[in-house]
Amino acid sequence: MSVTIELPHVGESVVEGTIGKWLKKPGDTIKRYEPLVEIITDKVTMEVPSPVEGSVVRLLAEEGETLPMGAPIAEVATADSPEGAEPETAPIEMETAAPDSPGTTGQLLRDVTPVGPTGGAVVENLEPAGTSAAAPAPRPAPAAPVPSAAPAAPVAPSGQTRLSPAVRRLAQEHSVDVSRIQGTGLGGRITRDDVLKFVASGAASAPAAAPAPARQLQGETSADGQETYITVTPVRRMIAEAMVRSVTEIPSAWSTVEVDVSGLVALRASVRGEFEQKQGGSLTFLPFIMKAVVEALKEVPTMNAAWGGDKIIVKHNVNLGLAVAAPDGLIVPVLHNADHFSIAGLAAGASDLAERARTKKLTLTDVQGGTFTLNNTGALGSYMSGPIINYPEAGIMTFETIQKRAVVIPAESGDAIAIRSMMNICLSFDHRINDGAEASGFLSAVKNKLQNMAPGMSIY
Amino acid sequence: MAIKSVIEAVREAIREEMARDPKVFVLGEDVGIRGGVFLATQGLAEEFGNERIIDAPLAEASIMGIALGAAFQGMRPIPEVQFSDFVWPSINQLIGEAARTCYGTNGALPVPMVIRMPYGGGIRGGLFHSQNVETHFFHTPGLKVVAPCTPYDAKGLLKSAIRDNNPVVFLEHKKTYRLVRGEVPDEEYTLPIGKADVKRVGSNITLVSYGLTLHYCLEAAEVLAGEGVDVEVVDLRTLTPLDTETILDSVKKTGKLAIVHEDNVTGGVGAEIAALAADQAFEYLDGPVIRICGPDVPTMPFAQTLEDAYMPTADKIADGLRKLAAY
Repeated sequence: MSVTIELPHVGESVVEGTIGKWLKKPGDTIKRYEPLVEIITDKVTMEVPSPVEGSVVRLLAEEGETLPMGAPIAEVATADSPEGAEPETAPIEMETAAPDSPGTTGQLLRDVTPVGPTGGAVVENLEPAGTSAAAPAPRPAPAAPVPSAAPAAPVAPSGQTRLSPAVRRLAQEHSVDVSRIQGTGLGGRITRDDVLKFVASGAASAPAAAPAPARQLQGETSADGQETYITVTPVRRMIAEAMVRSVTEIPSAWSTVEVDVSGLVALRASVRGEFEQKQGGSLTFLPFIMKAVVEALKEVPTMNAAWGGDKIIVKHNVNLGLAVAAPDGLIVPVLHNADHFSIAGLAAGASDLAERARTKKLTLTDVQGGTFTLNNTGALGSYMSGPIINYPEAGIMTFETIQKRAVVIPAESGDAIAIRSMMNICLSFDHRINDGAEASGFLSAVKNKLQNMAPGMSIY
Repeated sequence: MAIKSVIEAVREAIREEMARDPKVFVLGEDVGIRGGVFLATQGLAEEFGNERIIDAPLAEASIMGIALGAAFQGMRPIPEVQFSDFVWPSINQLIGEAARTCYGTNGALPVPMVIRMPYGGGIRGGLFHSQNVETHFFHTPGLKVVAPCTPYDAKGLLKSAIRDNNPVVFLEHKKTYRLVRGEVPDEEYTLPIGKADVKRVGSNITLVSYGLTLHYCLEAAEVLAGEGVDVEVVDLRTLTPLDTETILDSVKKTGKLAIVHEDNVTGGVGAEIAALAADQAFEYLDGPVIRICGPDVPTMPFAQTLEDAYMPTADKIADGLRKLAAY
């Protein structure tokens, strides 16, 4: 007989997926569990295995096309039926057929929790009465095929090869951004001498504002040559939709406070060497700020919540989303139960997520279930920013560039001017859930925790 | 300074030490009347008598056992293994006993003996006259292992070995005996055991070797210099104790490491040096650590073509260096 393959349910509230790349074409034979197609959901690319053995008769969806879960995507003739026989839309044998379970990809994923399209927890009866019955948004036209969507490209592009230990060490010692170095080694590898020459040339100490190498625009040029039309990739489209949904549905407000992080700077400097020797990897400011945020969320639980229309849903687990610039665009992997970690543990967890985000190795679980999002905009040189809430969370916080500034220190003997390391933290919050008082309470809690960090504090 | 061959330097060292210290004596097959098959002891029987240059039966276990007993009694024997290929019958005396006695007696019974062995191939010696045996001794704590490649180093290190209170395996590559000539001081000198020698200073690649292949390394380094690659050549001279400081200093300077030896590649001296660099110079490495060594075949082939295929050569080393330089 012939079996119709459906776009599998990979999480009960993931409503649609995009065909990234067909791995089989009509006429190909396929074994059971052999990858059939790559689909993109929630910014994660995953391979969908065939539930049956047979030969591919027809593909029912094009690459780039976005379909609801359960939509037929292919027909496979099984061994006991001649190819091209009248297809029956018989239910596919799923390993996990229970309605609340993941579909055929259940083997790939663990701890799948209900999710929304941007990775946040889905809220039942989310929309106010009257709008919930609104027709679903029309399905966008299929995006153009995305040839580069395959995650396992065998050859890394030039310049993105691994760095040797010597190059890593030198780059760190000289604070060099290796992406600015032209490699002369095998396959464009950056060699130790490339780094040394770069440092000697003085380019390394050029202002950080030096223009990054212009991104190559890949797209069609307009007839008059004045515009370039870049194809919207599935990932780009999902980011766009998530942003629109957030700003159209969430009435957000914004606030910022200034934090004296001189103690934190000293603390990090005091433990950094030991940590890096013990744990490997570098110890950034991120885990310290994560710790302060997690503790503050415990003090202001309505900031770890979602709007439920007739109720406010307060989450007991703190699943901290971390905004990461991945090769294809922004992605927000989630550190689940972030309140269970020490600072060292947060460092390890965050670095693992960031690395896997950059290397496209995140699983669906990694981008689901977030309850609050943290964004290191300071790493981009930002001094203050207005983040868009990761729907349907209650808030998103950024932390900005740390700058040494002259500040006035009040003292009984008279005010004094001191040089302190200062940092802004900015919060966008859902004003349906919290008012300015709670938001300020949250920011103050983060601020106090950061200002209380000082050498001597254990990070383990 | 006079120009001498390696075999002349070895002979001089033995003669000078025998003249200096009456406890020193030589024991081995054909060492007396014949003067040694490579003539390392030529003329010494006439000079010192057959009681100090002793012709032994073809029985390596006995040669090593007698030498060991004499060392226990305070003598300083120099047993010669005619070809290192013949050392295996005496392994119990050497590894089972000599290497462990000083440690096992808490220092009460030192073993001041020097086991001389011509080793190595490239001389069409075939299966039983070409073996490289150093790895077995390199792996054994309690033995010192010396493997010089020049007349100067051979003489200075052999004199130090004879004066050392530990069993020293002294490896002489038989192809260097007459092929390698060099200056040797007329006056008395010794060289410290456990000290490597940078035979060529360079900045791009560290090339570590010992014995015959060290000379091939120098040739390859010259070729690479003409191509703009500056290779530093480190002659280990002593395998145990290994001069880790000189190796690591050089690797940290150049960032790239190649190791060359004639002995089989697996589990050899090169493997240990690669591990050392990975362990203690990891953050300085700017390329893979490569080894250009004898392949893992049971012994040196006899056929010329196969022996050529086995032996590391300057060409093979230069090829490896080019790839490493380009990495």
